[in-house]
Amino acid sequence: MSTAAVKKAGKASPNGEAQVSERPMPDRETLQQWYREMVLIRRFEEEARVAYQQGKIGGFLHLYIGEEAIAVGAIHALRPQDHIVTHYRDHGHALVRGLDPQRLMAELYGKATGVAKGRGGSMHFADTSKNFWGGYAIVAGHLTIAVGLALAAQRTKEDRVAMVFFGDGSTDNGQFYECLNLAALWKLPVIFMCENNQYGMGVAIEKASAVLDVHHKARMANIESVQVDGMNALAVHEAVQQAVEYTRSGKGPYFIEALCYRYQGHSVADPDKYRDPEKLEEWKKRDAIERVRSLLVEQGLTDEDIALINADVERQIKEIVAFAEASPAPDISTLYDHTYAEPEHQAMVAPAT
Amino acid sequence: MAVITIREALKQALREEMIRDERVFLMGEDIGPYGGAFAVTKGLYEEFGEERVRDTPIAEGVIAGAAMGAAVGGQRPVAEIMTINFALLTLDQMANHAAKMHHMFGGQWSVPMVLRMAAGWGQLSATHSQTLEVLFAHFPGLKVVFPGTPADSKGMLKAAIRDLDPVIFIEHTSLYGVKGEVPEGDFVVPLGKSDIKRAGQHCTIVTYGRMLQQALEAAKTLANDGIEAEIVDLRTLRPLDIAPVIESVQKTNHAIVVTEEWPTYGVNAEIAARISRDAFDYLDAPVERVGSKEVPLPYAKNLEQYALPWAKDVVTAVKATLA
Repeated sequence: MSTAAVKKAGKASPNGEAQVSERPMPDRETLQQWYREMVLIRRFEEEARVAYQQGKIGGFLHLYIGEEAIAVGAIHALRPQDHIVTHYRDHGHALVRGLDPQRLMAELYGKATGVAKGRGGSMHFADTSKNFWGGYAIVAGHLTIAVGLALAAQRTKEDRVAMVFFGDGSTDNGQFYECLNLAALWKLPVIFMCENNQYGMGVAIEKASAVLDVHHKARMANIESVQVDGMNALAVHEAVQQAVEYTRSGKGPYFIEALCYRYQGHSVADPDKYRDPEKLEEWKKRDAIERVRSLLVEQGLTDEDIALINADVERQIKEIVAFAEASPAPDISTLYDHTYAEPEHQAMVAPAT
Repeated sequence: MAVITIREALKQALREEMIRDERVFLMGEDIGPYGGAFAVTKGLYEEFGEERVRDTPIAEGVIAGAAMGAAVGGQRPVAEIMTINFALLTLDQMANHAAKMHHMFGGQWSVPMVLRMAAGWGQLSATHSQTLEVLFAHFPGLKVVFPGTPADSKGMLKAAIRDLDPVIFIEHTSLYGVKGEVPEGDFVVPLGKSDIKRAGQHCTIVTYGRMLQQALEAAKTLANDGIEAEIVDLRTLRPLDIAPVIESVQKTNHAIVVTEEWPTYGVNAEIAARISRDAFDYLDAPVERVGSKEVPLPYAKNLEQYALPWAKDVVTAVKATLA
């Protein structure tokens, strides 16, 4: 077990200096799993993009491609009972959390077998059995849900934390400040996980935020924070482990800023004319999947071993797409289902003919 | 039966539900040692402590949102928004999130929260004097309750706390001191059921909240002139129990919808449309509406009182409809 690899991972301390880790490197099986999950995210989304361009998927399709290290590094530092709330770029988080990929693709296709029975689509993946409480599509509006879940955990003295993913854009919104303030005031077990991909849709962070080191915004509520290399799953993992330990011990919230870059436009409908292609190529040189792949090679995996993993993902992708294609659309008769949870009030919901 | 005020009825409901269910807790601005801006929670902090009666920052978004998240996490929060005007700051949480979760995620979980708020006025000028229930009633997925008597206030607040869905519970500052009989014991009034508050055969007055009390007063005046008004109290604006309204209009052939809101695009517009569609052949006159005059409510007392609807306006409208 090498600590050097984690140092190499480039985690930054709160004051920006490199920090030598005491933590052991994840073992080979773990790294293999992470690699496979990141490949699955990328291939899942590439297939979704094709289906979108064929008109089989509607609405918006925001791809996570390029940011896979954050979902993998962060979510594997949580326990299954810990809550996750996320934003509309939610495919990666859902896949790492273990939501059924077939039902996720079926949701994108708007099918009855989807995780939300075709009611939510790309931006609203959820599975309560995985404590995955949804992707949400209102920027910064969903942070409160994680604060509330943490409040519930604190009230019942359950040993669980809530993690909320959001983008740099959320940190310019008023609800963000309300959430940080209350979470710190009440010492709630919530981890604010900011995926700073440096663009709020098509607007660069320099044109939207007065503070470019986004994690410094946590200071206004006296919340501990750290900036980390979001292209490096190991660095993210270590930072989140540290945050989780801090939060579990009752000290209150923690804020992590993971620096990253999306490889695609804001959504598949975005031709991405506003970013410098050279800068994108620079970021791609730090690709999260390639980084874990080379670690696996260092640990003795051959190209053939890795090709086998890739082939296994391809096999799975075929099954995923086939399931979504073959699934039925929701029946029209179910339109009004789930308007209310109380049966007698649901019974009052009728077509407004 | 005890005779108590609406304020006391509400407090009893909160207290009894907190005793009954540990998951129930309160959060809001000044609800702790201060006792609540309208003294509804007075004494609850002393009885239950700061963990269950939580003062919050003046930040309505996270008050509603944290309550919502706690409800998702299995708690039964009752959040207080000091006045309905400030509830505009909760619209993202309530309309975009709480109203949607059960449906949008395919029925996987529900949001059993109550958001209490006070409507009303009292020379507070335009931003503190609004009647905005229609904003919340517009959204499928939310429930909106606006009781007008002590018994309904207690029984419906208890029902709202036990309900699996997000409930907007609206009180009215001018009603807190209204007294009435409230049954003893675990008294619960189901949501989603309109109630005939006065029987009559000459006309139907459809109303709720403060205007229920004004309509009851108007009905006494009308009775002196030989006009017996039937008063249907909606109590719950969504889900709407319209059947008692239609049945009453089929009997009386005249309908007056009385609300405190601005009539344009209001609850009373919806009720008038339903009556016009479902009781068209029974109507002897067009459906009449009574509401506030369509201006931001002014500070000056004479202007304020003139802009608001009163019992005398109900009397005038009924007589015009029956003429």
